[in-house]
Amino acid sequence: MKKFLRKLFSKHENVRAYALLSPALILVILAMASPLLLMLVTSFHTQVSMMEIDSTLTLDRYADFFSKPVYPTLLFRSIKISFLVTLVTLLTTYPLAYYIAFYVKKNKMLWIVLMTLPFWTSYLLRVFSWRVILGHKGVINSALMFSGAIDEPLSFLIYSQTAVVLTLAHAWAAFAILPLYVSLDKIDKSLLEASYDLGCSKFQTFWRVTFPLSLPGVIGAILIIFIPTVGDYVTPQLVGGTDGRMLSNMIQSLFGRANNFPLGAASAVMMLLSVSFVALIVTYITKKVSLRMS
Amino acid sequence: MYKKNNTLLIYSIIYFAFLYIPVMLLPIFSFNDAIHMVFPLKGFTFKWYDQMIHSSRLHKALMNSIKVGLVASIFSTFIALLAAKAFTRYKVKFHQLSYGAILLPFVIPEIIIAVALIVLWTGMGLQLGLIPVTIAHILFCTPFCLLILISRMEGFDKNLEEAAMDLGENAWGTFWRVTFPLVLPAVIASLLLSFVISFDEFILAFFLSSSDQTLPMYMWGQMRFPKKLPHVLALGAVIIVVTSLIVIISYWLRNIGNPSSKKNNIGGI
Repeated sequence: MKKFLRKLFSKHENVRAYALLSPALILVILAMASPLLLMLVTSFHTQVSMMEIDSTLTLDRYADFFSKPVYPTLLFRSIKISFLVTLVTLLTTYPLAYYIAFYVKKNKMLWIVLMTLPFWTSYLLRVFSWRVILGHKGVINSALMFSGAIDEPLSFLIYSQTAVVLTLAHAWAAFAILPLYVSLDKIDKSLLEASYDLGCSKFQTFWRVTFPLSLPGVIGAILIIFIPTVGDYVTPQLVGGTDGRMLSNMIQSLFGRANNFPLGAASAVMMLLSVSFVALIVTYITKKVSLRMS
Repeated sequence: MYKKNNTLLIYSIIYFAFLYIPVMLLPIFSFNDAIHMVFPLKGFTFKWYDQMIHSSRLHKALMNSIKVGLVASIFSTFIALLAAKAFTRYKVKFHQLSYGAILLPFVIPEIIIAVALIVLWTGMGLQLGLIPVTIAHILFCTPFCLLILISRMEGFDKNLEEAAMDLGENAWGTFWRVTFPLVLPAVIASLLLSFVISFDEFILAFFLSSSDQTLPMYMWGQMRFPKKLPHVLALGAVIIVVTSLIVIISYWLRNIGNPSSKKNNIGGI
């Protein structure tokens, strides 16, 4: 038996590889895949009373989800907000990643460390500080009132979708800077020189050479910002107000005070499905555009 | 390649300010002798730090966070180390599929993983608490560890391992006596960074811990009361300084002795 095992391990690379991979795969299966599957099953159940769930399979929870306008509205808003966050983050960090990749010569690593350092400091505190900055008695309002520029606090700063987008664009910046920088830095500089030699202007070179070649980074950033932010709970809770409420706040109450696990599970399933669907479309369009441009 | 671009430089500096000002505000106000966070600043005080040190609920939350963070970082680094070895040294069947599956928790919204785990955990009749939080943190940290370790393993000479094998060392011996020492800096970096991630993580802990508070949950609970706020700011300032130091150390660790460090081996994060 021992001999057999030794033979098996030394002869077959795949067996050895999967022996090494097994803890990670077991973790993913037990702690992610099976809970997700169970959640999907639960979304076909019915909450009868506080403690009791009827496990007859039914599509009623999805009917509930679509028949009450609040759920589709919140879902649509969550997707809209995370789409805007992704767009704003990409637009504001691209010039920065471009600058580090092409203009910074010494200490590139220091720039990267400095640009990503805030990301590691408590997410909760970063979101909270935006609440302090934008609030009624917040930093901006108190500073403006102290300087005499305004008499009444500006109330539009906080508790809006704009506040949510701004806060999230700040919180997720590192996830755009890194993939963009990596893809820009990889670009073979002789391609750019060739483009200039062939008479392209700086602008043309950017649109026809640099930008299309940086698209892997753009797609990477889209995936790691767009999908997770759709489920953000902290930001809408702290700076969103009623106008900035997102589906995740609803899911939280369904699993908490409202105690309706099946409907909460159905909402989570809808969130995951729709965000994956939109992410696929966005990635597909980005790829198409890049093919056309280059 | 290009010489100078002042517009982009100015833009970068402004963006830099945008990134740092919100983070810096909290430490500034943690020394301010007033309850509300408004300008102008009132006066300098250490009393919020004093209040922070003497809060027993904070101590308990801190211990919970440290416990969860230690277990989560050790497990996720170990799991990721084995997986990184498999991905970089063997031809794995379904390579892309397994790689994608292990990285997936990094992308799925945390709230969805949290509620799915609630369904599973309560469905098995178990009490929510620090155990499901730790499991969720291991799941969430493993992708980060994997990216860090893979970028290191790809960086060094594979011939070193082959030489050890040729000289009669078995696979296990080669791993512990050749591979492990070479990737050790990255292993420490992975431990430190996953500890920081777990220590700061809020959503999974918020949903899965029930009454066993972690530090971010303690802060969340206190933020609602204006009178309690200043000592949360003091705590926040300490967290910001300590995590920044840990992160700088781990960035440095990831670059020492790394032949490809010139290429900025930051692999994903």
